[in-house]
Amino acid sequence: MTEFLQATVNGIATGAIYALLALGFVIIYKSSEVLSFAQSGLMILGAFWVVYFSTVLSLNFWIAVVLGVLLSAAIGVAIERSMLRPMVGKPAFSVAILTIGLNISLTVIGFDLIGVEIRSLGDPWGIQMVELGELVVSRKDLATIIASVVVVGALLAFFRYSRFGLAMRATAIDQETALAQGIPVAKVFAVAWAIAAGLATIAGVFLGAGTGVTAAIGVRAIRALPAAVIGGLDSIPGAIVGGLIVGLAEAYTVAYQAEYLGFLGQNFSTAIAYVVMFFVLLVRPYGIFGTREVVRV
Amino acid sequence: MRGRPGLVTAYERDMAIFPTTTQRVWFAAFSLAMVLLTFVLSDDLALRGASAAAAAVGAIGLNLVTGWAGQISLGHAFFLGVGAYTAAALGGEPGGPLIGLGLEMWIWLPAAGLVAAVAGIIVAPIATRLRGLYLAFVTLGLVFIGEHIFREWDSLTGGIGVGRSAAKPVIFGYDLSREGEFLGFTLSAEQQYLLFALFVLLVMGLLAKNLVRSRIGRAFSAIRDRDVAAEIMGINLARHKLIAFTVSSFYAGIAGALLWTFIGFVEPRSFSLTLSVVYIAMILIGGAASIMGSIMGAVFITFLPRIVDLMARYIPLIEDSPSGGFLTVAQVEQILFGLLIVVFLIVEPLGLYGIWIRIRNYWKAWPFSY
Repeated sequence: MTEFLQATVNGIATGAIYALLALGFVIIYKSSEVLSFAQSGLMILGAFWVVYFSTVLSLNFWIAVVLGVLLSAAIGVAIERSMLRPMVGKPAFSVAILTIGLNISLTVIGFDLIGVEIRSLGDPWGIQMVELGELVVSRKDLATIIASVVVVGALLAFFRYSRFGLAMRATAIDQETALAQGIPVAKVFAVAWAIAAGLATIAGVFLGAGTGVTAAIGVRAIRALPAAVIGGLDSIPGAIVGGLIVGLAEAYTVAYQAEYLGFLGQNFSTAIAYVVMFFVLLVRPYGIFGTREVVRV
Repeated sequence: MRGRPGLVTAYERDMAIFPTTTQRVWFAAFSLAMVLLTFVLSDDLALRGASAAAAAVGAIGLNLVTGWAGQISLGHAFFLGVGAYTAAALGGEPGGPLIGLGLEMWIWLPAAGLVAAVAGIIVAPIATRLRGLYLAFVTLGLVFIGEHIFREWDSLTGGIGVGRSAAKPVIFGYDLSREGEFLGFTLSAEQQYLLFALFVLLVMGLLAKNLVRSRIGRAFSAIRDRDVAAEIMGINLARHKLIAFTVSSFYAGIAGALLWTFIGFVEPRSFSLTLSVVYIAMILIGGAASIMGSIMGAVFITFLPRIVDLMARYIPLIEDSPSGGFLTVAQVEQILFGLLIVVFLIVEPLGLYGIWIRIRNYWKAWPFSY
């Protein structure tokens, strides 16, 4: 039982990171109908900025995070403006492939900047553990969960209560109608990319916290894609649920698979997200909370 | 009708593989030139050429499913891997620690295609349930699950970081990987690879060209342009998507088997998402829904490292050595690769083939601008 609870806590912590990445993905998709494969590239680059501000310029960690998020958001806006804007109205597939190309470039630049060694983020949590009853939880995992709840809560409040959040929701429902109402749709696209890049940076910080940022975190970030698909590409609660499902599935696989399903081989946790995605899509072709596409003639 | 290539008087002529005599002559001349070139190319260039030709087979396969049938597949790397490992298992050295049956090429090459096609059939039912972008994700998942299988199935793949030797290219007792006599010329292994790959590309290319002008090919295009409309016209969506996936996987299997035989070594990490993206880039840069475009794209992408090497000599920021400089050659190659996809999608969606068409049309009417 302790093992199960332990795996659950670990899973929720990783799931929170996936949820942040998936959320950025869904926000871009909802507002501009662009599938962005560039999230992992943005995350690596964002994590590097935080490393740069906190260890190279030796600023306070929190200031470094804020600066990193702002810089990433600016990069997100620049990308949207220079590469995605010319693609408005082109087939969704072309745009998705474009973001794959973009992701390759971003990832290589991020790798080059980070270099081969492990870069410390200078975060206050380190690798210390906290004991909660029988459970041993790393402080980093707790911080991840708390920060994700705060960030997601703030975002949802922004969408729900602010004027611009309303504009974004309107754009998500129908771009042309929104445009006709005087909503600056172009600005909505830019803000969506800024939010997504910021979320990716925060996710990168928590993936790298404690153990340090390496080039390898990018591989994990890709697993946020199945998370977004499991929840449904156009559903914000779906992104959160999907992220948690993937995180939990991975944690349980790490904990139990070697014992009960050993024939699946080592490191099956790297593939479990995709297996879960297969089964979810078989049952629900549009994800758990995704909107069913209406086919009209 | 001579001299009026735009005038078509019969439907058969419109659907012909080579509609005009000029095209037929040029095609024959070009093929002959490629064969003659084989005898003079250096081994290094010949091997690249052979890889390009094999990659072109794979690119044609991807173009059938993505360019013609409009089904986005990011899973091409998986099918290439299935082909490469089937070939390695059937054609590998028997008796070692790894699976190897020591069969000849005329068995393992079609078998690699068939096994990959079966893998395609298994995946297709999931794929036919989904549309558009969700399909992209399923095929993406396929790559990662495939990577896991290749990593863990030690007795087939040798495991991560170890790998295994590829199939032996022996055909009716004749070993392509050894220097041999051909029509009185001594050909190196690489030159023989190139000749063989060109032959396979010619056969597979013509078969694909024939497929896309058939009823099935027209059904593919109809599904791509509007699947609902296609269904109403009486096209069985599930059936044609299944055909598209199967044929595409068959091509990928053949390409994978050939490519890794030329390299001589199979490493399980090769079949990653990056490889799928490389093939997507080939058909996007070359030109979607075009056989010639697939070939152009495959050649361009395969020779890209050589182009970057050349650039490194003249552009000061790029360094040859892996450590020095602002960017290394390998990094420039990857960034360039990513940016090329972006630039082609924004500026020239028809790809290299589109550029070629534009040049051709310009000269057709020269000196008049239209």
